[in-house]
Amino acid sequence: MGVEQKLGNMGVVTLKLEELVNWSRANAMWPMLFGLACCAIEMMSAQASHYDMSRFGMELMRASPRQSDLMIVAGRVTRKMAPVVRRLYDQMPDPKWVIAMGDCASCGGVFNNYAVVQGVDEVVPVDVYVAGCPPRPDALIHGILTLHEKVRGEKFKDWA
Amino acid sequence: MSDLLQTYQQRLLETFGGSTIEHAGDVTVVLPAENILAAARMIHDELGFDYLVYVTAVDYWPQENPRFHVAYGFRSLAQKLTLYVRAPVSGIEPVLPSIESVYKNANWQEREVYDMFGIRFEGHPDLRRILMPADWVGHPQRKDYPLGYEEPQYSFNFDEIKARKPAPKE
Amino acid sequence: MTQIQEVTLDEIRHLVSERALTGETMLLNMGPQHPSTHGVLRLLLELDGETIVNCIPDIGYLHTGIEKNMEAKTYQKAEVMTDRMDYMNTVGNNFTYCLAIEKLVGLDVPPRAQAIRVILAELTRIQSHLVWLGTAALDVAAMSVFLYCFREREMILDIMELVSGQRMMTTYIRPGGVWRDVPVEFETAVREFLKIIPYRIDEYESMLSKNPLFLDRTVGIGKISAEEAINWGLTGATLRASGPDYDVRKFAPYSGYEQYDFDIPTRTEGDVYARYILHIEEMRQSIRIIQQALDKLPLGPVRSNNYKFVPPPRSEIGTSMEALIHHFKLWTEGFNAPKGSVYVATESPRGELGCFLEGDGGPKPYRVHFRAPSFDNLQVLPKLAKGHFVADLVAIIGSIDIVLGDIDR
Repeated sequence: MGVEQKLGNMGVVTLKLEELVNWSRANAMWPMLFGLACCAIEMMSAQASHYDMSRFGMELMRASPRQSDLMIVAGRVTRKMAPVVRRLYDQMPDPKWVIAMGDCASCGGVFNNYAVVQGVDEVVPVDVYVAGCPPRPDALIHGILTLHEKVRGEKFKDWA
Repeated sequence: MSDLLQTYQQRLLETFGGSTIEHAGDVTVVLPAENILAAARMIHDELGFDYLVYVTAVDYWPQENPRFHVAYGFRSLAQKLTLYVRAPVSGIEPVLPSIESVYKNANWQEREVYDMFGIRFEGHPDLRRILMPADWVGHPQRKDYPLGYEEPQYSFNFDEIKARKPAPKE
Repeated sequence: MTQIQEVTLDEIRHLVSERALTGETMLLNMGPQHPSTHGVLRLLLELDGETIVNCIPDIGYLHTGIEKNMEAKTYQKAEVMTDRMDYMNTVGNNFTYCLAIEKLVGLDVPPRAQAIRVILAELTRIQSHLVWLGTAALDVAAMSVFLYCFREREMILDIMELVSGQRMMTTYIRPGGVWRDVPVEFETAVREFLKIIPYRIDEYESMLSKNPLFLDRTVGIGKISAEEAINWGLTGATLRASGPDYDVRKFAPYSGYEQYDFDIPTRTEGDVYARYILHIEEMRQSIRIIQQALDKLPLGPVRSNNYKFVPPPRSEIGTSMEALIHHFKLWTEGFNAPKGSVYVATESPRGELGCFLEGDGGPKPYRVHFRAPSFDNLQVLPKLAKGHFVADLVAIIGSIDIVLGDIDR
């Protein structure tokens, strides 16, 4: 009993265009294949066999920022890397979202020194922060689901 | 410690002059900085230490003379020996000879020391910054360089810090 | 925020060949965001068609200032930073740092703690090699190996979580021993893992070792001779693939490695395939070491009873005034280490991981420097890559097993 059979009986589905767009944006989000440090390994774990992020329509990691909607900043952002992160963000097409994965990307973590940017939110706007050093893959998946929820509630007029 | 290593250390001291420091069973030979290239040649060719383990530096600021110690570790895989050498240097922009011509991997190691401590290596083929951005001012691991501590944001000082924290454009 | 550095041709004139200046060869930027540079490595390639004429690595995109930051913390508190350095070998980093502290202050470690350290370090080695195998196979377009390797890696991370409560950044090894004794389930969990893993390693081998596609991409690529490898300061599997059998565990045994019976596998070809074979072999040797260490695991305390440096057990704090004072002093002021410097090396999955530690008589390290194996192994990349195709460069970067956190620190 999939949606096809139901459609056969009903013939037509009505919903707001906004909901349809948000539903499709949330369920086929392409993250950028972009790891910085320790968290990148846990991000790989989340992609790999045990946790399998493709259950949420996210198996396709794009190496090019031009093809991705979601940037997972996995790891510490250094002063040398910060301009690069910003340029990658600028290259992504709208609509785009950012997850700050781990303590270093969220607030600098244990590193409070000359080299590390104290939170990637100084460089790019962040939608979801995931805590942990590094966060477990389940925590990352939770963060992604939280982002999906956020995307489902978005309004067109905010993007305009 | 083996007798062989002791004779090697004696030979280095006799040829180049200098002193020794001992701690935790390891003897470090302190050689004059200007002789370090000749010493590295002797260590590599005559004494048979074929593998350079590390090059690093220690900053003894505010002590002025010597302000820095450049530390080397050499290893002989065949003789199973490790030789520790140090070279003291002073001044704002100290200079000592590069040993890149003897040990290839000294190239990056010396670049890192230059980047972090501002110690110049004479005769190095490509002495640029390696870890910090090329336009960075100062040498971070010097003792007179601040750690760059940033105040953490708590609930009581949230607004105050938020006002000066850089925020990105959408 | 500083702007992106645009490199002018003048700055790199001495690094590229004459032909690049006339425009005969092409300069191509690879990274820092590139799927096959294993992190944030940036390479400037000079290409003649598809052939690499020159390769100039640019590192430092992950420079975290760990060495400087450790100088601002006490000896115990600085340890959490070492985990995050080489994030594939977290236990090994703690291990090296703790050995350096123990040598600096002259602290003995009980035999049970030594054996636990060895077991965990070898488990970490297997874990690191599994990730290496998965990603290196991914670089030469073998996708499924990645999924297989991460399956077994989860088992090791579960063991790490069992003993320390954290999957990756355990900080379980402490100066003078380990944090606390392993739980009772530890032995069963490790034995369960040891039962499975040999068959799984055979499985990986059956996918790659005789696969013609894999052989085409790896045999004869990125060769280096034994003399050059030593002169370039290579260590780990990258060195042993060329012939020398240098392994710190045999060269200068630490933490009781001399009691265990294991071999140092070597090859003479010095190419990408030889490095792959060595990684597989090293996993088998690690299994042997874990097996022996687990069989001989002695009973007894897991921390030194020198309370000047090691915090006393919690149970003693309630009854003994002295224990309370020691506890208080250690966690507020820290312990004072004598003036002097030591160098301690361990065999990390990538090669010789050394810690140069200097104390000044106070509770904070005066200077910490880590001799990172990936740092020296990456230096040789321009030499290995010269004359190969760009696609082979990806295989070479994969084979020398670099971790950018280790290089930049």
